[in-house]
Amino acid sequence: MSKLDQYKNDDIRDTRSGFGAAMDILGETNENVVAMCADLTGSLKLNDFAKKHPERFVQAGIAEANMIGMAAGLAIAGKIPFATSFAEFVTARVYDQVRQSVAYSNKNVKIAASHAGLTLGEDGATHQILEDIGLMKMLPGFTVINTCDYNQTKAATLAVAEMEGPVYLRFGRPKVPNFTPADQKFEIGKGVMLNEGNDVTIVATGHLVWEAIEAARVLEAKGTSCEVINIHTIKPLDAPMILKSVSKTACVVVAEEHQKHGGLGASISTLLAENKPAPIEFVAVDDKFGESGKPADLMKKYGLSSGDIVNAVEKVIKRK
Amino acid sequence: MSTQELEKIASQVRRDIVRMVHAQSSGHPGGSLGCTEYFVSLYFKILERAEDFDMKGKNEDLFFLSNGHISPVFYSVLARSGFFPVEELNTFRMLNSRLQGHPTTHEGLPGVRIASGSLGQGMSVAIGTAMAKKMNGDDKIIYSLHGDGELQEGQIWEAVMFAAHNKVDNLISTIDYNQKQIDGPLEEVLDLGNLEAKFKAFNWDVMHIEQGNNMQAVLDGLAKAKTKTGKGKPVCVIMHTEMGKGVDYMEGTHKWHGNAPNDEQLASALNQLEETIGDY
Repeated sequence: MSKLDQYKNDDIRDTRSGFGAAMDILGETNENVVAMCADLTGSLKLNDFAKKHPERFVQAGIAEANMIGMAAGLAIAGKIPFATSFAEFVTARVYDQVRQSVAYSNKNVKIAASHAGLTLGEDGATHQILEDIGLMKMLPGFTVINTCDYNQTKAATLAVAEMEGPVYLRFGRPKVPNFTPADQKFEIGKGVMLNEGNDVTIVATGHLVWEAIEAARVLEAKGTSCEVINIHTIKPLDAPMILKSVSKTACVVVAEEHQKHGGLGASISTLLAENKPAPIEFVAVDDKFGESGKPADLMKKYGLSSGDIVNAVEKVIKRK
Repeated sequence: MSTQELEKIASQVRRDIVRMVHAQSSGHPGGSLGCTEYFVSLYFKILERAEDFDMKGKNEDLFFLSNGHISPVFYSVLARSGFFPVEELNTFRMLNSRLQGHPTTHEGLPGVRIASGSLGQGMSVAIGTAMAKKMNGDDKIIYSLHGDGELQEGQIWEAVMFAAHNKVDNLISTIDYNQKQIDGPLEEVLDLGNLEAKFKAFNWDVMHIEQGNNMQAVLDGLAKAKTKTGKGKPVCVIMHTEMGKGVDYMEGTHKWHGNAPNDEQLASALNQLEETIGDY
């Protein structure tokens, strides 16, 4: 029996609900946690927090720049603000505010972002940010996390509340298989080894982790031994785990719901170029904006499905 | 401390400003000179603060500088009021200095709680800390300073709207109303219109300090502003100042917003500003 068989798709939930569940816990357990939202309380699953802890809930209105500045101010006085919205509106829209008031000022602000990537769906490209990981990982001192399912998002939210320093926590809108064990400890900066193998390393983040598992099943059935790594922390990157794996497999495929330029794939390319050059293929959006559509259809059209990972693996193995 | 003593400190601070900017041929003397009375009043009289710097500033009045380019006056007053050695003013804008061109926490300079420079962000930060004070049961006050040109940034008006809606009434935001910016008079570059009416329309409590370069007037004005706190509205002080105040050739023009005096100009400036508590 393959280790891959343990990852089930019988529990389907959205990552953002994992965030909301963790915020409910933090509301009860950490009096310094402040939840902030810019007119998207329901989308961020913060309704319960807002109801139970109105004195620690900040409704910023549709004014994200002000929200980020206020988060920095709250952090100065010892609060742990979670500034939340759709990923587009707490990264690209407010990059200067995040850069100066949070990153450069080294404030303990957690930026929590839902609806990242193409899987936002029908609202289209104005809202489907595919550049946020690149933007946020470039800011000195920022920790960047992109979670894959409900349980991992919940655990990540609890973990970032405990660490000191600015964090970008990215998750999404759709319901996806919740396969991470509920008791799995979230270790910031550590990859999760999902399957050990010898022929190829598949590194995936966020919603693409499930696609990587599906792809590995297909590939293993065809006799290709796949090492599958879930990288939830894009920065700091778990370089030892990736380098050790590529030392064994000698090639890598990186899968992410993000632009190819500037994403996790770019980070891994740099890591390999500096330490251990090896063939690499990217399953990512290649210099395009998204469009309206059903999430699954968009993932197919833009080349982010398990089938695309299978094709990339077959291609990269030939390049060894 | 008497008003006369504060005026003596202000004269020294003005000497610091022109000397710092001259030393590196770089920096912003105009707005710094115009806000000297405000800073001296605040740090030597108005703020209820602890001797030692603590980032969280619990149970202290706190100040946020939003228009970070007037760092010379901020640094001089922080040093002169004991946050760091006055000799360190020698390092302004130099490599490896804690006194960066624009104020920052990054180098760990005591007295600074947030980076500012990219304009329009400081009021939001001040509101955040003001709200945290309320959450923490801390009844002290947050002061912030903003350039008038800076009010052209949209984020300011997001913050103005938020503070009124949420009754952030432990906040006194002062506007350095010199009516000049880099490219010229406000009314030519981008007119603010009726500033008092704008803040009132957003439901702030608005008052003026008509003589922002008169020490007694600033002291009285800030004392009056404090009486307006705790009444359900944020407080806006429109402080009428003169850019470049105290150095005759810098007054009445926007041209010294971000220009440094040469050797001859420095000598002329220092002749007009009495050395009172000693040059650094």
